[in-house]
Amino acid sequence: MLVTLAMRTLRACLTLLICMTLVFIVLRVSGDPATVLLPDDTPPEVQQEYRQQWGLDRPLPEQYLRYIVGLTDGRLGISFAEQRPAGEVVMERLPNTLLLGGCAIAFALLLGLPLGLFAALRHNTAFDRVAMGFAVMGFSLPSFFLAILLILLFSLKLRVLPSAGSDTWAHLVMPVATLGAGLTGKIARFARTSMLEVLGQPYIRAARAKGVFPLRVILTHALPNAAIPILMFLGIEIGLILTGAVVTETIFAWPGLGRVLVTAVGQRDLPVVQAAILLIALIMVLSNLIVDFIHAAMDPRAEILRGRHE
Amino acid sequence: MTFVQSADASSVPHRAMRMPLVIKVCAGFLVLMALVALLAPLLTPYTYSQQNLLKRLSPPVFMGGDWAYPLGTDNLGRDMLTRLVYGVRTSISIALLGTFIGAAFGTMLGYIASRRRGLVDEAIMMMVDVQAALPAFFVAIACVAFVGNALWVFILLVSLEGWERYTRLVRGLVISEHGKPYVQAMLALGASRWRTDLLHVLPNISAALVVQATITFPWTILLETTLSFLGLGVQPPETSLGQMLGSGRQYLLQAAWIAVIPGLTIFLTTLSMSLFGDWLRDRLDPSMRGR
Repeated sequence: MLVTLAMRTLRACLTLLICMTLVFIVLRVSGDPATVLLPDDTPPEVQQEYRQQWGLDRPLPEQYLRYIVGLTDGRLGISFAEQRPAGEVVMERLPNTLLLGGCAIAFALLLGLPLGLFAALRHNTAFDRVAMGFAVMGFSLPSFFLAILLILLFSLKLRVLPSAGSDTWAHLVMPVATLGAGLTGKIARFARTSMLEVLGQPYIRAARAKGVFPLRVILTHALPNAAIPILMFLGIEIGLILTGAVVTETIFAWPGLGRVLVTAVGQRDLPVVQAAILLIALIMVLSNLIVDFIHAAMDPRAEILRGRHE
Repeated sequence: MTFVQSADASSVPHRAMRMPLVIKVCAGFLVLMALVALLAPLLTPYTYSQQNLLKRLSPPVFMGGDWAYPLGTDNLGRDMLTRLVYGVRTSISIALLGTFIGAAFGTMLGYIASRRRGLVDEAIMMMVDVQAALPAFFVAIACVAFVGNALWVFILLVSLEGWERYTRLVRGLVISEHGKPYVQAMLALGASRWRTDLLHVLPNISAALVVQATITFPWTILLETTLSFLGLGVQPPETSLGQMLGSGRQYLLQAAWIAVIPGLTIFLTTLSMSLFGDWLRDRLDPSMRGR
C-alpha cells in the first residue's frame, strides 16, 4: 500500500509540474512575457531591466528551469493593480473561499445525504421520485441563474438577505445555497445509487436473515460501506465547487479566490491570474491526493479499484 | 455495450424504446431549440442588435407589455424575443461544435492509446489525468486572459470540456472489444486493422459514445454560458444566452425579465438534455444504469 501511495504522490507532483509547464507555454505563446506581464505604459528601459532580472534574454530551456524554480520559491510576479506580490494578493483571499466552499459542502452533505439515503430505502416510491426530481433540478439549475433568482426573491422582493458583501453571517446564506444546490443534487443521487448497491449485497441479506434490527443493519453495515464511494465522489467534485465558487463569488461580491481571478482577467492583471490558476491547480491536486489517502486507509481494496488498468 | 449484438435488445425494440411523457416533453423542447437555432433569421422581424431607444425596458406581454415586443425589450430597446432566438442559436451552435470537437479529439486519443500501448499510452493517460485535475473552466479562463477570445479560440476552449472522458472510455472499450472473438475472427480472416476498427469496433462502441455525448453536451452549454455570463466569452454586440443573462444582471430591480428569460431557457435546455440523456443511457447502456 505504501508503494501505491508513494506512486500517487509522485503522480500528483508530476500533474502540478505539467500544469506549471502549461502556464509557461501559454505565457510564451501569447507573446513576450516582459510586455504581457508588465503594464502597457512601461518604458522600454524598465522592460529591458525586467527581462534581465527574470532571465528572459536567456535560451528557452534555461528560462523554463528558472521559471519552475521561481514558482516553487513562491516568486509569482508583482500585481499591476495592487503593486504588491501576486502570491500575497491571492493567498489572502483563500480563507474566504475555503469558508464558502466548506459551508457549501456541509450544506450539501446535510441535505443531500439524508435525501439520497431515504430515497434508496423507499426505492421506487413517490418519495424516491420526488427526491430524485429535486436532485436533477438541483444540478441542472445553472448556479448563476439560481443566484439571480435568490437575489430577486430574498433581496429585492422580501428584503431579508443582503445581495452582496461579506460582513455578517447573513451574507453567507445565499452564496452557500447557490454553491451547494448543485452539489446537493449530485450527492443525493450518488448516495441513493451507492446505498442501493450496498443494500443488494449478500452481507446485508445475511444480516437481515440473522434478525439484526433493521436500523442497525443500515447504520452499522450499509452506511459505512456506502460512505466510501460518496467520499470518493466528493473528491472528484472539488473542481465543480471551485468552478461554482468563481461564479458565486462574482455575483455576490464575496471577496474570495474566484472573484480575484475574474477581476484580474478583466484588468489583464496577468501575474494575479497566473498565481490564482496555479493555486487552484494545487488545491485540486492536494484534495485528490487526500481523498486517495483516506480511501486507501478506509478500503484495503483501494489499490485494485482505483488502478487505471482495471 | 454490445447492444448491437445482443438478442434480447433486438427482439423487443418497441418496448425498450417507449418514451415516458416527461421524456417526450424533453425531447420536444430540444427539437424546438434546434429548430429555433436553425431558423433564427426567419422567426422575427427585428435583428438582434436593432435598437429602439423609445421603447427601452418595456415589459413582456404577460407583464402588461404590448405585442410588438412579446418578451419585452432590454436596456437599449432591443427586442428580447429576437435576442433570445439569436442567443439560442449562438449558444447551441457553440455547444454542439464544442461537444463534437471534444468527442472527436478524445475518441482519437483514446483509440491511439489503446492501439499503441506503452509510452504513448502513458503520455496520453497522463494528459487525461492533468485535465481531470484542472477543470476545463480554469484552463479556459487562463487562455482567455493570456491569449484573448476570438470566437474560434473560444469554441476550442469550450471543446476542452469532457474530452478526457471520451479518451478513458474509448481506450477501455477498444481494448475490451479487441479481446472478443468477433475481432479475432475478423483479423484471422485477413481483414486489416483499420477495416476491423472502423467498420466493426466503432459501431459497437458508438452507443456508449452517444451516451457520453448526452452527458457532456449540457456541461458544454454550461461552460459557454458561464464564461459569457462572466464577460469572458461571447462579446457584445454578438449575443448568447449567458451574455444576455450577464448584462441583464444590472437591471434586476426594474426589468427582471432581461435576466430571467435567458436563464430559464438555459435551465430548461440543460434539464431536458440531462433527463433525455439519462433515459437514453438506461436504454442503450444498461451497465451504466443509475450512475
